[in-house]
Amino acid sequence: MNVFLKIEGLTVEYRSGNRHVHAVNDLDLQLGEGEVLGFVGETGAGKTTTALSILRILPNPPAKVLGGKVIFKDQDIIQLSDREMRAIRGEEIAMIFQDPMTSLDPVKTVGDQICEMILLHRNCSKKEAWEMAGDMLETVGIDRGRAGDYPHQFSGGMKQRVVIAIALSCKPSLLIADEPTTALDVTIQAQILELMKELKKKYQSSMIMITHDLGIVAEICDNVAIMYAGGVLEYGSVMDIYKDPRHPYTRALFDSIPDVHRDQARLKVISGLPPDPTDIPSGCPFHPRCPHCTERCKTEKPEVVHLNETHWARCFLAQEEGRYEHE
Amino acid sequence: MNQKKEKRYSLTRETFTRLMKNRLAMFGLFILCVLVITAIFADQIAPYSYDQMDLLNAYKAPCKGHIFGTDEFGRDIFSRVVYGSRISLKVGFIAVSIAVVAGGLLGAVAGYYGGWTDNLIMRAMDVIMSIPATLLAISIAAALGAGLTNLMIATGIASIPTYARIVRASVLGIKEQEFVEAARAVGTRDFTILCKHILPNCLAPIIVQATLGVAFAILTAAGLSFIGLGIEPPTPEWGAMLSNARSYIRDYSYMCLFPGLAIALTIFSLNVLGDGLRDALDPKLRQ
Repeated sequence: MNVFLKIEGLTVEYRSGNRHVHAVNDLDLQLGEGEVLGFVGETGAGKTTTALSILRILPNPPAKVLGGKVIFKDQDIIQLSDREMRAIRGEEIAMIFQDPMTSLDPVKTVGDQICEMILLHRNCSKKEAWEMAGDMLETVGIDRGRAGDYPHQFSGGMKQRVVIAIALSCKPSLLIADEPTTALDVTIQAQILELMKELKKKYQSSMIMITHDLGIVAEICDNVAIMYAGGVLEYGSVMDIYKDPRHPYTRALFDSIPDVHRDQARLKVISGLPPDPTDIPSGCPFHPRCPHCTERCKTEKPEVVHLNETHWARCFLAQEEGRYEHE
Repeated sequence: MNQKKEKRYSLTRETFTRLMKNRLAMFGLFILCVLVITAIFADQIAPYSYDQMDLLNAYKAPCKGHIFGTDEFGRDIFSRVVYGSRISLKVGFIAVSIAVVAGGLLGAVAGYYGGWTDNLIMRAMDVIMSIPATLLAISIAAALGAGLTNLMIATGIASIPTYARIVRASVLGIKEQEFVEAARAVGTRDFTILCKHILPNCLAPIIVQATLGVAFAILTAAGLSFIGLGIEPPTPEWGAMLSNARSYIRDYSYMCLFPGLAIALTIFSLNVLGDGLRDALDPKLRQ
């Protein structure tokens, strides 16, 4: 598989007053063509920040990219000029936002909003763009006659379909979906996921799926990156991660999914709180909450341990198979 | 429903359709149209010239020949009110246009870019705001000299900070919304985002403030005319007529009544129209 997005040592910081919030720390990742990568992690793990830095739309100030490279199709996005970047946004990389209720402009018709994207990146007349917008609406399962309607006339699920239509209207090679179904109820979630899977196949684009729902990951992703405190703790194919999780954090995540078949009075949770991003623990960032923490974990940052071609984890114990079992 | 699928309504047209349903707003629009027509056809409507004096018929109460009565020089008040609509409406609308365009632009840029740009613009606005609006208009009019154009410029400049503040506040709220981020994510330029996404979303407060602003501009202009920095007599201007007539209010109250009524009616119609427009422009209230 061709690697077409590669992130190396990405570090992003938010500054507010004297506080420095370390949102993304030295993050490495890669994404192959046509691949679907899932970003999984708790709130505040830096998933969205990473996605926004790929598009370079971090709010600046307060956010600042301190270092690292984001190599997309052989060019470093961080170094591009604003003009070159604008050509990439939407055309090459498109994004689906979390909340469809707020990601559409309330005073413009949905057709106009799709047209805007098309007119920005395609050389065509307003009329042709309007036609294409109608086609896009049909692709996502909305009657083309509704192009002249305003966003408030649509339901949440329909709005998310419109957002997807906008994102796909220029056939981007990379689609970033930032928790696209979090704001929707479960049945609509299933429909939207189905739609995204279908369209992904149709347009053959790669995708980054940001979520904290492991079920969605299993359904749609090829590979998974488990994020914690602004870095990736474990990376592997869905099979690797679900069958053989090696990092204690990944295991803890799976353990906290409630089991319908067992009579559980309380949810199993990961003890402690996610680390304060202004003060990330030394050594392994997960060590204060890790049940298998050793002295070494407190001081030394674990290096990547390769388990097979695609599967790696940042844990000293990753190699020691069977060291800990599901309790 | 079927028709809707066939046709695409433009924003303007849809707004107007909704406005039509609001009776009070339509009444305001009607009055405003009457005033505009009066201003345009003043020569045909007014029975006398505005400066035609007739000392024998001075201080006449409303009667058949002079339906609004006559003033201290025997000039027909009705004709003067009719001609006065020209000046007052012109001053009101042009002064507000100056203020909305300049203030809106400054406020939008300040709100959108933030940082030192914001500081620079808004501190300048604070300086202007620290001077009472009427006093500022007086000083600008004094510096530029008396006359209609200078009067409009002075009134316009004096109300720039109000619009800058309103627009900035709305922009600050709207630029944080996700659809702005989404627009940036598809590669739209800053300027396009500002003009096509942010400004249309803060139209409602601007329109309401502008309609109220016309009233303020008419009153400020009247005040300036009163102290001799605005319209020179004998040119009729409602505010000037009002200030002039105030010395006769005990004995000849109709001299104040009609210009005052004209101002009140104009301002009332502008206010109800502004309110109606705000409702009509809000897409969330659209059916």
